[in-house]
Amino acid sequence: MLFNFANVLIFLVVGCLFVVLNLTISRLLHTKIFSGEKYIPYECGEDPIGDTRIKFNTRFYVIALIFLIFDVEVVFLLPWAVVFRELGLFAFLEMLVFIAILLVGLAYVWAKGDLEWIRSTQLEVQSFQREESYDN
Amino acid sequence: MPEIFSEGFFPNINLQDETNWATDFVQEVIIPRLPEVVAGHFSVELGTILVMLVCAGIFVAVVPLLPLVLVLAERKVAARFQNRTGPMRVGPWGTLQTLADGIKLIFKEDYIPPQGDKLLFLLAPYIIFACSFAVFAAIPFGQGILVSDFNIGIFYIMAISSVIVMGVIMAGWSSNSKWSLLGSLRSAAQIVSYEIPLGLSILTVVMLVESLGMKQIVASQDGGIFTWLIFRSPFTFIAFFIFFISSIAEVNRTPFDLPEAESEIVAGFHTEYSGMRFALFFIAEYANMFAVSAIGVTLFLGGWQGVLPGYDFLGGFPGFVIKTLGLVFLMMWLRWTLPRLRVDQLMNLCWKYFIPISFFNILGTGVWGLIFEKDDVWSIGISCVIIYVGLISAYAVAGRSLARKPEPQPSSV
Repeated sequence: MLFNFANVLIFLVVGCLFVVLNLTISRLLHTKIFSGEKYIPYECGEDPIGDTRIKFNTRFYVIALIFLIFDVEVVFLLPWAVVFRELGLFAFLEMLVFIAILLVGLAYVWAKGDLEWIRSTQLEVQSFQREESYDN
Repeated sequence: MPEIFSEGFFPNINLQDETNWATDFVQEVIIPRLPEVVAGHFSVELGTILVMLVCAGIFVAVVPLLPLVLVLAERKVAARFQNRTGPMRVGPWGTLQTLADGIKLIFKEDYIPPQGDKLLFLLAPYIIFACSFAVFAAIPFGQGILVSDFNIGIFYIMAISSVIVMGVIMAGWSSNSKWSLLGSLRSAAQIVSYEIPLGLSILTVVMLVESLGMKQIVASQDGGIFTWLIFRSPFTFIAFFIFFISSIAEVNRTPFDLPEAESEIVAGFHTEYSGMRFALFFIAEYANMFAVSAIGVTLFLGGWQGVLPGYDFLGGFPGFVIKTLGLVFLMMWLRWTLPRLRVDQLMNLCWKYFIPISFFNILGTGVWGLIFEKDDVWSIGISCVIIYVGLISAYAVAGRSLARKPEPQPSSV
């Protein structure tokens, strides 16, 4: 029997039940006043401008991608870390190779400038201008 | 069970239970004392589940009390720092202020944005609260005060606390508000980024202890203050600071509170939440803050073990709570001392400083662990000397570079 994991399940269920209980008590007690103004998306009291699903920076995706790789790496490192003293030098060197490959990836992303949150558009403008001059 | 698990695919990681205190408790204490009439209908499994439910019930009663205390503490600390008195009206010295706020929130309207994604909007508080509550199942509060004695304890905590970010994104996306969307995106980027240095600094501890179980991690620090993992090698000393700063970023507190920056995006991902749903976010936030401090204490500061070996007053529970509240106080102190970081500074700090330093730490811990077969007097002594020399030299270097240049004297007319 997976007692410990069953325990976690019970904790999650009891946590959800706590939320249900609180919301039910609140539902029984709270007031509800209908007013049209209230249902407009909140933008500090102004009328909302444009669609809510605004365009946002693509850099969030890049960060998520890099994170994914490194997080998986941490998961792979954990079983090794538990037994690394027993396995000794060889396993350590092997792990260093594994880490080194990922560090090369980090260095690549760094050199590409994807870690810079504020990127200068200068380079892109220059390359654009160069292409234009080739066309002429 | 699949064969690879029972055969030990990972040598020290076995999903089968080594201990199951609830079943033992039912068999040895409860069943012999049951009256005849009930005993026939009572099985060990039923008893175990009941004991587990009671356990979770105790926790669900205590965890929402934490914010009740911590919010008041935070307001009082802030008041002290700003030369005010803080809340004083409700109850003696304002001690019932948070309770009054909670009661007020129960009576507030439960607003659901009509244009938003209703299902996700309703689901988000459940995910955030349940996950931050489930973390408490694996924290050892004292000797024998541990609900789930996982042999993968710290890994479980990392896993379940990273689910919280799903709730944050759901809340932000479904609210149909620009502030919520921006806040949740920032929050997601920040939490996932800082999870990497957090995981890597936990790794250094795991490498020295050779176990993922919280009980084993605490048990390996039982020789007084110098066997606490923070002093066991110079690299875990660095790892502690990375862990602490990253965990502040994980729980979105100042100086890393960009997701909730009130001067820019109102309240971040929970802008559109009101009444009790907002209160649940708040409870989860403060419970989280306590949980990360407790994990920090367990991993680096000896858990419930005392400063002197063999000191375990009331199973070490008071000591554990004092240490944890110390870290929580440190978080509050930082909140009222440091200004908020810019988003590029935040990302630079994580990706360009913490992650390379963490990898260096792992490399160093590896070498350290191979040089010293076991942590004994010698290794701990050498590590303490290195930490001492390192701190002194860091102080000297920092002092020299930060020393203000003498101001130019006004030239005499």
